[in-house]
Amino acid sequence: MRKHLGLGALAVTSAMLLVGCSSGGGGGTSAPEASEGGGTGGSGAEIVVWTDAEREQAIADAAVAFEEETGATVTLVAKNFEDLRNDFLAQVPTGEGPDITVGAHDWLGALVTAGVVNTVDLGEKAANFEQVAIDAMTYEGQLYALPYSLEAMALIQNTALVGEEAPATWDEMIQKGLAAGTERPVVLNTGSEVGDAYTMYGLQTSFGAPVFVQDESGSYTSELGMGGPEGEAFAQWLHGNGTAGTGYIPTTVNYDINIELFTSGQTPYTIQGPWAINAFADAGVDVAVNPIPSAGGETAAPFVGVQGFYLSSQSENALLATDFLVNYLATEDAQRALYEADPRIPAYSTLAEEVAEDPIIAGFLASAQNGVPMPSIPEMGSVWEFWNSAQSQILNGADPVSTWNKMVTDVEAEVGA
Amino acid sequence: MTVQEDARSRSATRGDGPPERESHARGWRGLGWGFLVKLLLMALVNAIGLSVILGAVRSESWFILGAAIVLLVATDVIYFTKRALPLKYMAPGLIFLLVFQIFSLVYTGYVAFTNYGSGHSGSQAQAVQAALIQAEQRVPDSPSYPLSVVSRGDELGFAIADSDGDVRVGTELEPLSVQPDAEVGGAGAPTEVPGWTVIPRAEVLTDTELQQRVTALRVPVSDDPEEGSIRTRDGTSGAVYLSSLDWDPDTETLTETATGKVYSASDRGSFVAEDGSSLPAGWSVPVGFENFVRAFTDTNYAAPLLQVTVWTFAFAILTTLSSFGLGLLLAIIYNDSRVRGRKLIRTLFILPYAFPVFMSALLWRGMLNPEFGIVNDLLFFGADLNWFQDPTLARFAVLWVNLWLSFPYWFLVCTGALQALPADTLEAAEIDGAGRFRRFRSIMLPLLLVSTAPLAIASFAFSFNNFTLIYLLTGGGPNFAGSTSQLGATDLLINAVYQISGVSGGSSDYGLASALSIIIFIVIGAISAVAFRQTRKLEEMQ
Repeated sequence: MRKHLGLGALAVTSAMLLVGCSSGGGGGTSAPEASEGGGTGGSGAEIVVWTDAEREQAIADAAVAFEEETGATVTLVAKNFEDLRNDFLAQVPTGEGPDITVGAHDWLGALVTAGVVNTVDLGEKAANFEQVAIDAMTYEGQLYALPYSLEAMALIQNTALVGEEAPATWDEMIQKGLAAGTERPVVLNTGSEVGDAYTMYGLQTSFGAPVFVQDESGSYTSELGMGGPEGEAFAQWLHGNGTAGTGYIPTTVNYDINIELFTSGQTPYTIQGPWAINAFADAGVDVAVNPIPSAGGETAAPFVGVQGFYLSSQSENALLATDFLVNYLATEDAQRALYEADPRIPAYSTLAEEVAEDPIIAGFLASAQNGVPMPSIPEMGSVWEFWNSAQSQILNGADPVSTWNKMVTDVEAEVGA
Repeated sequence: MTVQEDARSRSATRGDGPPERESHARGWRGLGWGFLVKLLLMALVNAIGLSVILGAVRSESWFILGAAIVLLVATDVIYFTKRALPLKYMAPGLIFLLVFQIFSLVYTGYVAFTNYGSGHSGSQAQAVQAALIQAEQRVPDSPSYPLSVVSRGDELGFAIADSDGDVRVGTELEPLSVQPDAEVGGAGAPTEVPGWTVIPRAEVLTDTELQQRVTALRVPVSDDPEEGSIRTRDGTSGAVYLSSLDWDPDTETLTETATGKVYSASDRGSFVAEDGSSLPAGWSVPVGFENFVRAFTDTNYAAPLLQVTVWTFAFAILTTLSSFGLGLLLAIIYNDSRVRGRKLIRTLFILPYAFPVFMSALLWRGMLNPEFGIVNDLLFFGADLNWFQDPTLARFAVLWVNLWLSFPYWFLVCTGALQALPADTLEAAEIDGAGRFRRFRSIMLPLLLVSTAPLAIASFAFSFNNFTLIYLLTGGGPNFAGSTSQLGATDLLINAVYQISGVSGGSSDYGLASALSIIIFIVIGAISAVAFRQTRKLEEMQ
């Protein structure tokens, strides 16, 4: 019922607004066509792929061979990456969605709950991809997307100040940072007062306190892993580095301030993602990228974000779309084209090794290999606000154990509700 | 009705006078351009209307179809008959009102009575399909077999080449069996199967209808359903899959094959088992007043929501008063002819108003940063004032920034209103010996309020819903200490709606969000109605 209303509203408004250029589509079926290669024969079956602008050309290239061999047409629709998730959720149930969309793995829970994604069977080809990427795209034991890139935060150091050697532990890093004689030994994002649990996660996991517990297949359960002595130890460590302790982690730093402090040489160490590398390069700072040091004794496992291609559950051309995904996009050539179009760490293992000749990518890859996929279960959406806020309060001197435990019970109540 | 009668009586009176001039749009005098232009415009309108109607038919949106037909017929009747003259002027406005205002209101109202949101977004059929998709898994040790789609008359089947080099053929009803005389091609897939026609890959992939049949086809491996069935995902290879759920459309139940656990369709729009567990995908159903009841009774939110409501009113009132006051004060000062360079100064005052709020809010957020911001350094001698962690300071910061953002508006409005004040009245008061303050209180302010009070009410309503400022400046924080909600000291009601309904996070509840926004709408509507009634008294004073 609602579907009809929503669709109709779209039809009416778009027709009203697009006076004169309506071609009788109504309901937004007429999408800009970026690629229409030469289909040979066939009755012209078509698959629609939603992509963002960076990947458009690479997918178009992969589509040429596919179109030639099958006679089908691949229509690319470029959208903002941020819009893809909600548009896909809203439009697939109305039948107006695409057959394939580019997406991030942490949307998966929402997509599965809404019933808008189909499973993808890579079969033996799954072994060609980094395990963490496959795990990230797996939900309750089923693979839902073809991964193609991954990203994770890593320790970035100014080689002019502290050399290239990676500190193994937080304490070692602080010592080296202090020895470098800069204003601060390290700078971490704290979202200026909001808190930034995403940046802190590597340090948190080094205390053995994951946000959600993973089952044996690698899927996240809705059971919280942050409670107990491990979580409390992390909270106390935060407290000790906040305003009440050493003050190494002030709550005032956001992304821009972080970049500014690092590039101006006021700190030798920071934890950042690959997206910040260009800012450092532009400022002419030579950096080395290493895995995040352990603060609590265990391996620091940052969140890994994986991007890939989702298949719509309402696709009318499911065979064709799967064929395109599995037999044309899951190849080394297509994955290389995607990497060249937008250099992120490839999820395709041999390609990842190849591009890891670049030490910066190798550093991020090493960090990602230590990492765990960011939970994609819908419950994750309820965690951030409490989690960020508790960390920020503790850094500002609130009692660590009680604040942390209250956060854990709040999240448990929210997740259980 | 009265409008029509009015029009008729007017044309009747006109009939007595000089002969009525025919409208340009009907006239054929001269070249008849008027009529031709009208015809062209109406042809365009009809073309658009028809395209909407066709689109509605194609997507089976019956509600829109009906609405579009009614609107189109009404438009044609209005513009091609003589009778409805006033409607000719009003029709475009009315249609836009219907489409953009009434529709969105009615739609929000409709959503408020459903559980539309995460996990309840599609139809029941889609939920079933999703459940079956999610339950069907490849048998762990099953290899991929090269596969061809084969047909015998209308019947579809799969032919696979197994690891021994044998070709096996089967259909939905006949389990796989070995076909001794079949041939296998270069790619490993069967190319000739006696008694069957092998459908070429290109045909399978490009015929949408055939594709859907192939996608849905499952060929059992043997008579034992527990061994699973062959399924193809891409038309060229197959593997053994096993589904853990069975759908029974008659009873509307999904049954777990391994355990016999039955999930039945609940009236809440989910498949629920007797032990309370449910499947992830559901569908949206009407839930009556539940969303409204939850907004008032959910114990997690009752107390913080009260605080949020108080702060929302405080913010809206204080920010309107403070910016009005400052704007008026500056307007009076810079309205004095003795001030030099008034024009330049006035222009400079408008600047904060000219900046987009997105920019200024982020700018202020940076300036209020306790460690790196300029405010603490310059104004408070480097004191460690944590503007976003302390509730009082955060609220003050919000009021301060909004004062900075909105006083230029009041400066502008008051300057205009001051210049429109009747000079003789003020002069008369001065001659009568009224002092400066007396003149301001008894003459200027009441006269000013006549024109500015309605704007103040509008400003109040806007501040009440000033989502952007709060979202960008404080994000609603700092969170209430000791509460289990995600609400904070500077959250306005509309920001609270955003938080509570989860539209911000991963799981959203559009039903609850719609219900809450309707409540807010009613509150603001009531306050504005009362306030406007009050301002009418001001006009009567004159």
